[in-house]
Parts: sequence; structure tokens; C-alpha cells
Amino acid sequence: MSKVKVPRKSTWVDMTAMTDVAFLLLTFFMLATTARPEEPVTVDTPSSIAEFKLPDTKVIIVTVDKTGRVFFDLKGKDFRRALIEKMAAKRQVALSPEEMDRFSLLSAFGAPMNEMKSFLELNPDQRKQYNVQTKGIPSDSTNNELADWLVESRKVTGNTAIIAIKGDVDANYPVFKQIIKTLQDQKANRFNLITGLERK
Amino acid sequence: MADIDSSGGGSSPKKGKKKRGKKLSTRVDMTPMVDLGFLLITFFMLTTSMSKPQAMEINVPDNTKIPENQETKIKASQAMTILLTGKDQIVYYFGVGEEVQEPQITDYSAGGIRKILLDEARKRNPSFDSIAVYENQFKSGKISEELYKANRLRIQGYKNGLIILIKADDKARYKNFVDILDEMLITNNGRYAIVDIAPSDLKMIETNPYLKK
Repeated sequence: MSKVKVPRKSTWVDMTAMTDVAFLLLTFFMLATTARPEEPVTVDTPSSIAEFKLPDTKVIIVTVDKTGRVFFDLKGKDFRRALIEKMAAKRQVALSPEEMDRFSLLSAFGAPMNEMKSFLELNPDQRKQYNVQTKGIPSDSTNNELADWLVESRKVTGNTAIIAIKGDVDANYPVFKQIIKTLQDQKANRFNLITGLERK
Repeated sequence: MADIDSSGGGSSPKKGKKKRGKKLSTRVDMTPMVDLGFLLITFFMLTTSMSKPQAMEINVPDNTKIPENQETKIKASQAMTILLTGKDQIVYYFGVGEEVQEPQITDYSAGGIRKILLDEARKRNPSFDSIAVYENQFKSGKISEELYKANRLRIQGYKNGLIILIKADDKARYKNFVDILDEMLITNNGRYAIVDIAPSDLKMIETNPYLKK
């Protein structure tokens, strides 16, 4: 008997379909998502069963890290631009239009107003270093810059901004008491606490 | 690239044949393109966030001073005070706190504060468990959301129901604060207030021998 001859088949795989899928997914991810904004500090949020979702703009986020430093963020580029103009005028800090533009593109910051100018001149790497050693935005009763930021943010957004507090699990309660008091003093009696998903 | 060379042997040009234009395959090797595609997908998946942050809503009372005679007084039989202190401990007692009576210590576990909150709410509000019934009906689509919320508010606003005062001292962590608010949501207790801690409470925590310091 002669050997059965196995016909040689090409191992060429048609990749076209795979390319189609890959690029379809790529397009989906590019369109459906927004770039994650860089956060100045890592914050481990506590978990809860709450289901309310925060919108993307017109949100004021007050971040408190592990050591109780306060960072401030207002979402929305145009609002930020208006905010820094108001704040610079209020606190008499001279900022150039370029610096204000730069501010409008940033996210959360923890620079007191007297360091704001030098903070805006830093490059991203230096800014990262700055965020490690900064004391955060002053929020105590002697120099409550946080109150000013909140008042002006609410003004530029026409009082429609949602206020959210994002705190670290290990942050001390007195810091929050101070923030809540600051909010109460300006009649912002309704606000949110950002929490993670309940792990259970 | 995507295939194994199986032509066998080198290319041997055939002699004595007419020179003909070589037929070129129109197949393009797609492998690098797929590689690139998946690389970009991975990049976008890692750098973007799909989910929006979740938040818990809280309302605090207006802090404008109201005249003494217009203040609403709550009955001592309705009130329960929860003190949050260090080392994840909770001290609670019943009554408003002019004189602290029989403070108890518990923790944030399901068998701890949650059980106490549920028991006390049931004791004071006979229809308290109906909230869970309404919730189940709403979730299975038998009643509308408005009806569920209206009933929930009605039951939570029962006039002799439990009123919880939450106080935290300087040793409490932020997690404790969120946890206790979360317990309020879980146990359907709608009437609670976040209050500043009183000196008598601080003294009680200071002198309580059963609290871990």
C-alpha cells in the first residue's frame, strides 16, 4: 500500500477579521471614555451602599488625604478659568492670563494662594513633587481659603454645582467637622460624600 | 509572519521556460496591525475610567441661630445618641445627653450597631418593617418608585420614631463617620442628625473603663 499523502496546507491565518475587531474595540474605548484626570494624592475612599453617581462637570470636589491635607477641585474648564480670575482678584494675587489658562487645564490642587503663582509655573514632574510636600489649602478659622474657593466656585457655576467631599479612610474627623462647618456657614447644607463600592 | 514557510526547498528557477511576470499575492500581512490595535486598546483601557464616582448624599441643618423658645425639643424616650470614638469603637446611650445614662459599647459589625439600630427602631415604630416590604415590592416592579418613596417617608416620619444623634470625637476616623451614615441607610433610619460632641460626652468617654484607649 502506498502511503496516504497528506496534502500540505498553508498555515496562513487571515488576520483581517481580527484587525476589524481590534479596531472596533479601539474606536469604542476612545469614544466612550474620558481620560482619567491625574490626582494629586491617592485617596482610599470608604465604601457604602449609596448609588448616587456624580456628574462630570459642575462638581466641586474637596479632597482630604490621609494626613488631613485639603485639596480643591472644580470640574469644567470654563468654570475654572472664571474661578481663578475671581480668586486672584479677591486675594490680590497677580496672575498672568497664561497662568490662568494653565490653571483651567489642571485638576485638583493643594496650593495656598500665596504659592499659587509659583505652583502654576512648575512642570508636571515638579508639580507632583510639590503635591507631596504641600500643606494643602488652609481651611482653619484664622485663614480659611477653602471657604473663599467654595464661595467663588458656587458663584461662577450659578449656585448649581454639586459639592462633594472625598476623604481618606484614615483621615481624622476634626478636618471634616471643619469642612462641614465651612459649608454650613455659607448655607451649603446639602452635599455628598464620595464613597467606593461596598465590598461584601 | 502568520504562517509557517512550507514551500520546501529553495527556489529553483525553471530552465527553458519563457520569462513571465511573477504573479504577486495581494495578501497583506495583518499581524503587526493587529498587534498595534491591541496595544492601543490596552492603553486606552488602562488610562480611562468608565465608572463615575459614587457619592452618598447628606444634609446638614441650617446653622443660623433660632430663638430658644422656637427650638423643637425631642423627647428623651425617642432619642438615641451614638458617639464615635477611636479604635473603631461606638458608645451609645438612650436619651439626649444632659445626664449620660448606662452607656454601652459596640462596634461597626452587622451584629453590633446595625442590630441595635434595627431593634430600637422596631420597638418605637410599629410599622417599621413595612419599609422592607415596600422595598421588595418596588424592586420586583409591583409598585412605582413614587409610591415606595412616599410610603418610606411616611413610615420614617412616624412621630414617636427613633431619632438618632451622631457625635464624633477627635479620635474618630473619617471611615467611622461614613460607616455610621451607611448604617442609617441600611437600617432605613431617616431621622438622624450630626451634632457637635458635648463636654459631658467627652468626660464620659474619658472616664469609661471599658473603652480601649
